[in-house]
Amino acid sequence: MSATAGTDPAAAPGTEQGTVRSRSRLAVRLVVVVALAIGILFPLAENSDQGTMSIAFFALIFMASVTAWNIFSGYSGYLALGHAVFFGTGAYTIALTANDWHVPAGWSIMWLLPLCGLAAGVLAIPLGLVALRTRRHVFVVVTIAFFFIFQTLATNLSFTGGTGGLQLPFLDWNYDVYNERFYYVALVLVVLTVILSWVVRRSRFGLQLMAIRDDEDRARGMGVRTTRVKLAAFVLSAIPVGIAGGIWAYFLGSIYPQSAFDPLFDIALALMGFIGGIGTISGPLLGALVLESLQQKLTQTFSTDGLYLIIYGALFLAVLLLLPRGIVPSVAERVRSWRARRPGPSASAEPAAGTGVAGVAPQ
Amino acid sequence: MSFDSLIQAILDGVLTGGVYALMAAGLSLIFGVMDIINIAQGAMVILGAYLSYALSVHLGIDLFLGLLITVPVMFVLGMFLEWGFIRRLREGDRTSMSILITYAFAIIIEGVLTVLFGTDYDQLSASYLNSSVHILNFYLPDIYLFGFALAVVLLGGLYVMFFRTKFGRGLRASLQNRTAADLVGINVNRTRMLATGIGVGVTAAGGMVYGATSAFNPDSGYDLISRLLAIVILGGMGSIGGAMASAVLLLIAADIVATAWEPTWSILVFYAAIILVLSFRPIGLFGARAVRSQ
Repeated sequence: MSATAGTDPAAAPGTEQGTVRSRSRLAVRLVVVVALAIGILFPLAENSDQGTMSIAFFALIFMASVTAWNIFSGYSGYLALGHAVFFGTGAYTIALTANDWHVPAGWSIMWLLPLCGLAAGVLAIPLGLVALRTRRHVFVVVTIAFFFIFQTLATNLSFTGGTGGLQLPFLDWNYDVYNERFYYVALVLVVLTVILSWVVRRSRFGLQLMAIRDDEDRARGMGVRTTRVKLAAFVLSAIPVGIAGGIWAYFLGSIYPQSAFDPLFDIALALMGFIGGIGTISGPLLGALVLESLQQKLTQTFSTDGLYLIIYGALFLAVLLLLPRGIVPSVAERVRSWRARRPGPSASAEPAAGTGVAGVAPQ
Repeated sequence: MSFDSLIQAILDGVLTGGVYALMAAGLSLIFGVMDIINIAQGAMVILGAYLSYALSVHLGIDLFLGLLITVPVMFVLGMFLEWGFIRRLREGDRTSMSILITYAFAIIIEGVLTVLFGTDYDQLSASYLNSSVHILNFYLPDIYLFGFALAVVLLGGLYVMFFRTKFGRGLRASLQNRTAADLVGINVNRTRMLATGIGVGVTAAGGMVYGATSAFNPDSGYDLISRLLAIVILGGMGSIGGAMASAVLLLIAADIVATAWEPTWSILVFYAAIILVLSFRPIGLFGARAVRSQ
């Protein structure tokens, strides 16, 4: 993906192009501030409706997870379909430690969350070392295999409670603050994960990842230590997913192998990433927000499991066929071509290369 | 573990290995021809089982006779999958995208089956399902013998089709070099569509035998796909003979683990195989691209 901004003969002089850039940067900042404000103020507006609050909580859990997944899969182009391993690891970590160490129910359990992230991150090292020996499409198969291994382990090992699952310490928070508190915990995780994703994207490390996505052999030829870079991204992307699993487990109060290690979780991350636009920062957030809210609403409306699966699968197919690059890159492309066509000196001819390495890629 | 139970485990492994080879053949074929990893293979096996179930329960059609209906139905489904979706993917990231597309297919199949049949476990029934041949100290269930015979016949048929017919030559040509195949007058799109159809059609037979030998519900496919992937990876993606050999090997190993240790852990044999093979010999035990090189 080459940024040909400078090759357009009619390109505006540096200063004017700079104005456009700073203007769009201002717009991005404005969007970030508004989104954050909505995120913080949302529970106040929805105080009465606990159903909506729980949908919002699940949406945040997925926003954090997809953003984290995107740090590895979106930037490196390696499709990982086994992140439910890290989600489940986080969930089991919080349940086991809270029970074994007799942590009293309440805020103090939240201090176990970093441990969930640590467990997921440490686990990601050996898994990544094995899986990353293979190239792209075999990698997908290995991550799926890992997922099934961990589901089997959680079902059959004795300390995980088997199919009966595990109970977490009972939390006697009042009904109307329960969802709200968990909402804010999840919101903090989303903000931290987005910052992590943003930092990675802007860094030399992120550039190396995206070079691997575009052409791994050439990246290696240019001196990128591909295995090390990929492994680091894999571990980084596992940590927030583990924490999300921990929050999710404590919110529900009990976990089972089938729900903590859920194959639909794996596919949901990929689906949300693809719908929003992988490799961008806002894409995973948007995809998770739209899809998880929709899914929660669907399950609340149609109690039949089957119908919900059909709608979900059909939607997935439609997105893959109609918007293979996702909402954010497609919209960004439209905006850019509109700007380029607009008369005036501010026409900056950014190419349509959606998630380009160089230039102003969609955020 | 006594010697007799070891022999019984090996016999069971060989026979169930035939059934698994039948289920995995389509996966191997489709990958070999098009570099498409069909994650929906497990769901398609279950779909085949439910089709046979519907025919035998509602219309009273014999399971083996019913294959004359279920195989063509699944054949058409496979052609639709290729024509409607796989064909429209861009060349560059086709394999990754195909995993997502077929995953979506699996979810839809599971959803449709859940709506139609519910989530309770079902099992196929026929007079020959409960009888068995008794040799020395060992029992060989009839259905496994029939299933094994069916596997040998169908996989042998696939092999002949691949390596002894003009269609097979066109198929192999179109995956060695698409452009060159186009130039010598092979209709590559049609060839691929037919190959996907055949792969999915054979799966209907695998589904019937699976449904006759184990209880299933709409989400049994998830459990199956990991085993099938292990078989195909170990056998070498695209090799039909390799799928047969590795299915028998893995099933024997799984049966021995189940007898000597505990049935719940036998599944780990498959996962261990995937990881060991991919780590140390990524092309599979029996050489990858067998379809292409022969």
